[in-house]
Amino acid sequence: MTRTPRSIAEVEAACDALDALPGDALATDPAAHAAELLHLGEDVLAAWVTAKGGAPTEGESEGFRLLALHRQGARGTPSFNACRETCRELVYHHNLVLDDPASSEAVQRLRMATMIARHLALFVGGKLVVDGLGDFCCSSRPIRQGETAAPEAMET
Amino acid sequence: MEKDLKKVAYYPGCALEGTGYAYNKSTKAVAKELGLDLVEVENWNCCGAMEVKNIDPEIETYLSARVLSQTEKMGFDKVMAPCNGCYHNLKKAEHDLTHDAHSVEVNDRLSKKAGHKTYEAGKVETLHALDWLMRAVGEEEISRRVRKSLSGIKVANYYGCMYTRPRRIFPEKDKGPGTESTANPHFMDDLLAAAGAENVAFPLKTACCGGAHTLSDSDTSTKLCLNILTAAEASGADVIATECPTCHTGLEMHQIRAEKVMGRKTKVKIMHFTQLLGLALGLSSRKVGVNDNFSDSRGFVKERGLG
Repeated sequence: MTRTPRSIAEVEAACDALDALPGDALATDPAAHAAELLHLGEDVLAAWVTAKGGAPTEGESEGFRLLALHRQGARGTPSFNACRETCRELVYHHNLVLDDPASSEAVQRLRMATMIARHLALFVGGKLVVDGLGDFCCSSRPIRQGETAAPEAMET
Repeated sequence: MEKDLKKVAYYPGCALEGTGYAYNKSTKAVAKELGLDLVEVENWNCCGAMEVKNIDPEIETYLSARVLSQTEKMGFDKVMAPCNGCYHNLKKAEHDLTHDAHSVEVNDRLSKKAGHKTYEAGKVETLHALDWLMRAVGEEEISRRVRKSLSGIKVANYYGCMYTRPRRIFPEKDKGPGTESTANPHFMDDLLAAAGAENVAFPLKTACCGGAHTLSDSDTSTKLCLNILTAAEASGADVIATECPTCHTGLEMHQIRAEKVMGRKTKVKIMHFTQLLGLALGLSSRKVGVNDNFSDSRGFVKERGLG
């Protein structure tokens, strides 16, 4: 079933809504909330790919569409690797919750995953406004852009 | 422990003479307390930072190479740069001069014109304060030297971006046990744990703080910093430890701005890792510059029996 991707503003609002949920509500179905957080991350990256004129991939990398979308988003834009670890942390927290949904730490893990998803939305949203976000720090650009883009994009 | 690291060249860079004053002060105080010798690079210049890199990246490479040339001239083969920006740029210059013939040619031409020896790749190793303390002292020795344990203090270690990105300019990292990781850096965690601190699991340890855009797009920077501060609090941290003057100042300033502009108050303290380490070694809070931070941690330090 194909979902309609949300805008970055909608993702931020969804993160706020998740943040506002009491622990009991999160504890009722941690796996579903973890999956939702992963989808929020995918929507953010899909918005980036779409804004750059691409078609967001439905493929997976290492078993996750989020990581495939990150790889796609970083192609030709090495500074997009500034959110590589953020994406991987979101996947990691998703896996932690799924590994043991009954854990007493599941709610805390979901809370942290919400902040990770929000950070992704803030970074990508910021980068859509100011394209250079992350350029001269994370990717050390603009140094010979053509030369650096390809190898860095492969680091995903 | 590596004995040849007891005495190294020291490149503070411009930030440590300004907003990063407390980082400079605490780094020197920790070094002195541990019996290490920092010899400041003579007549050092700007590393090229972000500004020159944007205008003319080749001049930026040259500027960093000149710092390395000055280091070599003083007879050192190791230079320690505690600022992430300086560390990153010196590493990038090393990478460029190793892999890019054009950079080599430009550096040689400008060095000759400036009248100093051309720096050649491989002559000087650039270290961050974290690498240096791990290699010159190590966790065991830090543990042994602790006089006021950081026990009971929960720390979120925030590394920022330039310590690990882009991966290609740090060939010594990701080499397995004992080396630093670019995906999940841990040297600061290791050093502070050796001093007794309880490190919390902090998933945003390398996330973007928007530092480079703090003037051109302050709102994005404030939101990114606020999320880092909020996540640190949610992870149970009392304090965020930093190892970059730009990240540190950004977190401090945007903590204030977030409260003023967005009405979002966060209470987590922000301290340079060298300040925490210095306090654990028994140094006073004044000696490690706690009073020089914008974010006031004096009450916290006193309350925890440190300094």
